[in-house]
Amino acid sequence: MRYLPHTSEEIDAMLATVGAAGLDELFASVPSDCRVARPWDLPAPRSEWELNDHLRALAASMGVDEQTAVLVGAGSYHHHIPETVRALAGRSEFLTSYTPYQPEMAQGTLQAIFEYQTLTARLLGVDVVNASMYDGASALAEALLMALRVAKKKRRVAVAKAIHPHYRAVVRAYLQPAGFEIVELDTLTSGRTDLGGLAAHGDLAAVALQSPNFFGVIEDLDSAAAVVHRTDALLVAAFTEPLAYGLFKSPGACGADIVCGEGQSFGLPRSFGGPYLGMFGCKAPFTRNLPGRLVGETKDAEGRRGYVLTLATREQHIRREKATSNICSNQGLCALTAAIYMASLGGTGLRQLARLNYDRAEYLKGLLVRAGAKIVFDGPTFNEFVVEFAADFRPARERLLARNIVTGLELGDLYPELAGRYLFCVTETIDKKTMDTIAAEVAA
Amino acid sequence: MKEIDELNLPDDIRYTDDHEWAKPAGDTVLVGVSDYAQDQMGDIVFVELPAVGDTFAKGDEFGTLESVKAVSELYMPISGQVVAVNIALADAPELINQQPYASWLVEIKPSDPGEYEQLHDAAGYLQLLRG
Amino acid sequence: MSTTNEFPGTGGLILNEPLLWHKGKKGRIGMSIPAGEVPAAAIDPLLVGEPADFPDLSEVDVVRHYTRLSQWNFGVDSGMYPLGSCTMKYNPKTNERQAATPAIAAAHPMLADELCQGTLRLLHELQTYLAAITGLDAVSLQPAAGAHGELTGMLIFHAWHRHRGAQRHKILIPDTAHGTNPASAALCGYQAVAVKSDERGMLDPALVAELMDEETAGIMLTNPNTLGLFEERIREIAAIVHAKGGLVYGDGANMNAVLGVMDAKRCGIDVLHLNLHKTFSTPHGGGGPGAGPVCVTGELEPFLPVPRVVKEGDRYRLDSDRPLSVGRIHAFHGNFGVLVRAYSYILSMGEAGLKRASQLAVLNANYVKERLKDVLHLPYDRPCMHECVFSDLKQQAQKITTLDMAKRLIDYGYHPPTIYFPLVVHGALMIEPTETECKDDLDQFIAALRAIVREAEEQPDLLRQAPQRTKVRRLDEVQAARCPCLTGPSAV
Repeated sequence: MRYLPHTSEEIDAMLATVGAAGLDELFASVPSDCRVARPWDLPAPRSEWELNDHLRALAASMGVDEQTAVLVGAGSYHHHIPETVRALAGRSEFLTSYTPYQPEMAQGTLQAIFEYQTLTARLLGVDVVNASMYDGASALAEALLMALRVAKKKRRVAVAKAIHPHYRAVVRAYLQPAGFEIVELDTLTSGRTDLGGLAAHGDLAAVALQSPNFFGVIEDLDSAAAVVHRTDALLVAAFTEPLAYGLFKSPGACGADIVCGEGQSFGLPRSFGGPYLGMFGCKAPFTRNLPGRLVGETKDAEGRRGYVLTLATREQHIRREKATSNICSNQGLCALTAAIYMASLGGTGLRQLARLNYDRAEYLKGLLVRAGAKIVFDGPTFNEFVVEFAADFRPARERLLARNIVTGLELGDLYPELAGRYLFCVTETIDKKTMDTIAAEVAA
Repeated sequence: MKEIDELNLPDDIRYTDDHEWAKPAGDTVLVGVSDYAQDQMGDIVFVELPAVGDTFAKGDEFGTLESVKAVSELYMPISGQVVAVNIALADAPELINQQPYASWLVEIKPSDPGEYEQLHDAAGYLQLLRG
Repeated sequence: MSTTNEFPGTGGLILNEPLLWHKGKKGRIGMSIPAGEVPAAAIDPLLVGEPADFPDLSEVDVVRHYTRLSQWNFGVDSGMYPLGSCTMKYNPKTNERQAATPAIAAAHPMLADELCQGTLRLLHELQTYLAAITGLDAVSLQPAAGAHGELTGMLIFHAWHRHRGAQRHKILIPDTAHGTNPASAALCGYQAVAVKSDERGMLDPALVAELMDEETAGIMLTNPNTLGLFEERIREIAAIVHAKGGLVYGDGANMNAVLGVMDAKRCGIDVLHLNLHKTFSTPHGGGGPGAGPVCVTGELEPFLPVPRVVKEGDRYRLDSDRPLSVGRIHAFHGNFGVLVRAYSYILSMGEAGLKRASQLAVLNANYVKERLKDVLHLPYDRPCMHECVFSDLKQQAQKITTLDMAKRLIDYGYHPPTIYFPLVVHGALMIEPTETECKDDLDQFIAALRAIVREAEEQPDLLRQAPQRTKVRRLDEVQAARCPCLTGPSAV
């Protein structure tokens, strides 16, 4: 096996040093009734070429491939990934290193994560950003746990129904064992969240909104911050599409206290849902309540600029059961990837790309309305919107699939009241010709 | 780290098993941590203290000290109400390392003045450290 | 050591590089953006924000920046990385290629099952392989890291006890456990009760029997434990816990020692997580992403996270109709790209290859232990599994610490071992060579550590001032924590 370098002579020499007669003797401390007793029946080992063929075959059994135009987002977006992002994030010095516990030999990772923290803080309008969480869903769950820690005695949080249903499911899994209560907030006809009855829900530690929300609608975070703060709760702003903040006002600028969400749009492939990037930031007063790792700047023994992991006393390896989170391994390489992507776009490019996404989505909206469809929510949207067709859309959808176009996500499983409506997503990867084709099929 | 003989243990204050010190100041008592405690912690980087007005029983946790790689809880030497906290430590936690006995953490109005007498004197504390 | 006079460590060309925002010029761009094609749409100006304050860089600016940064890093591809309890084995290149297979990397996670048969099949097969390898019955691939797997395991404990009608409030955790264990248990409201290991570094069943009661949800243990020793009485301990209505959690972080040897189910373990970024060769990425699949007994299968991947005939589908499930713990299907890498590794190694890997990992650790125990203190002098734990006791006379020896190893071109863990050994130096290091490289590492021990006696300042050949010297962590600077621009 090419990953195992030992020759039989070397094994014999090493066994002699150790004082064992054979390799099996090394496991003498394992009692016989704890041992593997039956074969695993794994497939025979494959050569590199056979493995390539096998994965190619698996790929070929997919109903869609990289050529398919997928007009579905819902927390996983198709954006162009520059080859530089793949090449640089794939450098093995980044890829094959561990968490930077020895800062003198990990300055590359550390400076890169410090830059990620900085760019992301600027994007989200917050003071501090951590070195990443698992994904947008767990980031939201951790944000609500953080708000409950800050609020100390409160036991209840409110979560908008317009937050990604999977994220809300993860929030339930994280919060319920400890007995925290979750109230869900309804959606208005604009597609925005109804904050009218907040006070009636009692002592809330936090109110969580997603913007753009699951329906693509931009929430009025400015007003929400005022309403939420009047109830003495924290505003947690979640997101699945950070590119929106290239165009729209950032959640931090609107007054959100904790901002968290999914960074996959920034250079990560859809990859069937992972590995993605939980982005997580907050306003400065809450820094010591942050979950996860932080990189800080300092100086070395000779006064040179350098970076270390810092404020580690919040973390599990030191504070154990009182830690701000149990997270250890994070999504470091995904954060690095997002930083390379943000650096490649720059401020000018970010605005340009966000604007392009907005314009293309609005273009398809217009085409569909002209073809007789209705946009379900009338609030402003970014990239995604919910469509109701005049007739059963399924036949047209099948015809479009035959032309390698996947149009929209049917919402009935996630929101029974929206059965038969479709959540569409348009990014810069969907060209005019594709959109015109869709409109023609809808009209047909 | 200091040898036990190198520690500074003033005679005019009392000590706890958990290495806090207490020092009467008129009607109130100042509370801090001993030279031994600061030396064991190493460079202190953050101090978390209670709010003025909080009340604690003897032995209650009232705050934490943090070094780069450790957290140490602070326990009340005597019962009482917090009348002041040393806000200077928020920006300069290193003062605890530099002057452990000048760097009081909280000022307490004791609810049971008799408790002070039950604390270790310097000789008793030294005995404790020697094990 | 090298046969020439060349110093075997660093000493090459190290290029300086400023922070990103000190480079570039407004108006540059580092990636191509498609043409507009469609008319500009109207937008409510009140919703539009200030442009994000990102530097504008060209493609060359970006490439140079990250290439230089990468050169300040050390990875497994750079050299030996014997970080105890982290299993820094070689990360095969072919795994990267397989995860990047275009139709797989482009797969959207929310499409209908019939469009995703390839990725669902891969998940189902990997579940089957991991079940076989651990001896357990069912697997969830959702957890994104080891600690996420622990949390999932604790959620399963909690849901199982609730289902049986009586919630419990405590959990037993040995003093040799990873710090994540108590933190994961705390998320379920469990209070951690520490169990001391004995003078041999083993858990004592009598002590477990004394602590285990009907208020205690179960025990979380690591086997082999964090001293690199196999818990020989694990079956006895599991029986005690089960008799009191508790469950046994196995932290599988150290599975690389016992592939093909330990059957978790026969040990009495009910829930076990694996770290695919340790045992199954996926790269650590400077901190993540990893993957922490959870393997359980048949009795606990109904409690696994949803959705489950199931096979019906020759078709695969996602099943969310599981009323007892702990729910969802990831937005989609976990760190899928990491799962592809582990799947590729298992298919490349095969059954015999995986078993051989553990044998050689254990051989390497024992070899290092035998070759160093005359110069470094070995607190538990007995055959170890995949890692060995030394301490700085013999160096205390020179006032040389574990940290000093670790930093000096950097000058010799090695990543230091894990230091000051496990906590039960004062000044611990925990070495895990892994099976992918050959004897020559181990001999060179051993020679380096022996040289450092000599230096500790003869020139101790060399150690105290190490490292000297890196991009930066020792960093002021106290200043970093006292006055945190967590975002730029920096003062420099």
